[in-house]
Amino acid sequence: MEYFLELFFGGLTRGSIYALIALGYTMVYGIIELINFAHGEIYMIGAFTGLIVAGVLGALGFPGSAILVFAIVAAVIYSAAYGFTIEKIAYRPLRGAARLSPLISAIGMSIFLQNYVMLAQTSDFLPFPSLLPELGFVKHFKGILGSSDFIIIVTTIVVCVALTLFIKYTKMGKAMRATAQNRTMAQLVGVSVDTVISVTFIIGSSLAAVGGVLIASHIGQINYYIGFIAGLKAFTAAVLGGIGSIPGAMLGGLVLGLTEAFATGYVSSDYEDVFAFALLVLILIFRPSGIMGKEKIQKV
Amino acid sequence: MSRMLEMKNVSTYYGNIQALYDVSLHIDHGEIITLIGANGAGKSTTLMTICGLLKPRAGDVLYEELSIVGESTNKIVSSGICQVPEGRLIFPELTVRENLDMGAFLRSDKDGIARDMEYSYELFPILAERRNQPGGNLSGGEQQMLAIARALMARPRLLLLDEPSMGLAPLVVKQIFDIVKKINKESGTTIFLVEQNANLALKIGHRGYVMENGKIVLTDSCETLLANEDVKRAYLGL
Repeated sequence: MEYFLELFFGGLTRGSIYALIALGYTMVYGIIELINFAHGEIYMIGAFTGLIVAGVLGALGFPGSAILVFAIVAAVIYSAAYGFTIEKIAYRPLRGAARLSPLISAIGMSIFLQNYVMLAQTSDFLPFPSLLPELGFVKHFKGILGSSDFIIIVTTIVVCVALTLFIKYTKMGKAMRATAQNRTMAQLVGVSVDTVISVTFIIGSSLAAVGGVLIASHIGQINYYIGFIAGLKAFTAAVLGGIGSIPGAMLGGLVLGLTEAFATGYVSSDYEDVFAFALLVLILIFRPSGIMGKEKIQKV
Repeated sequence: MSRMLEMKNVSTYYGNIQALYDVSLHIDHGEIITLIGANGAGKSTTLMTICGLLKPRAGDVLYEELSIVGESTNKIVSSGICQVPEGRLIFPELTVRENLDMGAFLRSDKDGIARDMEYSYELFPILAERRNQPGGNLSGGEQQMLAIARALMARPRLLLLDEPSMGLAPLVVKQIFDIVKKINKESGTTIFLVEQNANLALKIGHRGYVMENGKIVLTDSCETLLANEDVKRAYLGL
């Protein structure tokens, strides 16, 4: 039982990070029907920003929790700026072009950013300091749940609730939903679609940055390539949950994380990806639109 | 009456295909103007051009004597031009209330919005009953009512209606046209009504334009158009 719980919470931690990244994929897809392949790189850039800030502040002797907060804030700002800029230069000029063009542009962006970070930083793995504090009460769950697991899970829950409230109740949130449902009509009631798209990229990138700093601190090392793998997994999670659906991305992340954790724990870590993608294939066979995705109904 | 909107020799294209040829028309304050024509004549294109969703390649669109060509749609909407598009385009997953909220997207006067929402519910009591249901669950007629109410939430000065009768039962159509007349009379909203249902449209309009293959072929007062032999034959089925 203890082993099961350990795997369960490990899976939740992993799934939380997938969910945070998957939200960016799904939100962008919901609004402009583009798979933003550079999104994984945004997550990686967030982690690198966190590493740099943590290094500087650590050298200056800041306390651990302050470093964590500053690292996350800096990563969010920096990644959001990247997301905003990528949309402006790589996708906006291609709006209205054939659907394949922005997709290729996205892949190009992804390769560019990976190589940029590799050249600007290094191609080696870098150690990432453990920024997440040790929480006293978590000791009671020794062997099942670590402090960093707890922090990652709780942060993800808080972020997801905040995002849900934002989408449901704010004016911008309503504008985003309206734009996703019918872009022409959103324009006709006066929504600036450009602004909505920019905000979507900023929010998605911020979430990825939070995930990047948290998981880097949990695992303890990063390199320029982490965005590719995490991005692929998170994209899988988004499709699993139903691409375009926000609760779907959250659920998809968790389902994927748990599947991987149990596959690793009960079978072998070699089979982790096999199970993850087998699950994807199965769900797509029986529910092509994903767990929470809606089948598209063409209305006249 | 003074000039509200004027299209001067407008030509609009979809890619390389020309949809509007040299279209000129004008709308004065307080009028109900109807534009009739067959499917594909360019009626919706005319409205999309006014709203800035399509950019004319030649000609000019003047609103209150200023050119609005090249302005963004949200700027045009904020200046008081509001469209109820063909097919109504209700936001299917937003509730009726949220759809109305979206209509008031550019406004920030909370009290005014609340009052106008009450007015919408008075105008269309069925919407009040269904205020918490998703827009996609409404029937065609209810969706049309919602689309009109949503447009009114913006307090338009010029209301563009694209085929409000499409696909609706005659009784519902009559109800909707009565309300269009009422909006025009009570709040002085200028109305530009695009219709295939020429008979009805010409009955409530002041002046009318007839469009064929992207060109305006005829214009006169609605009474005269109703009596015109060509119009009778082509559009009234008489």
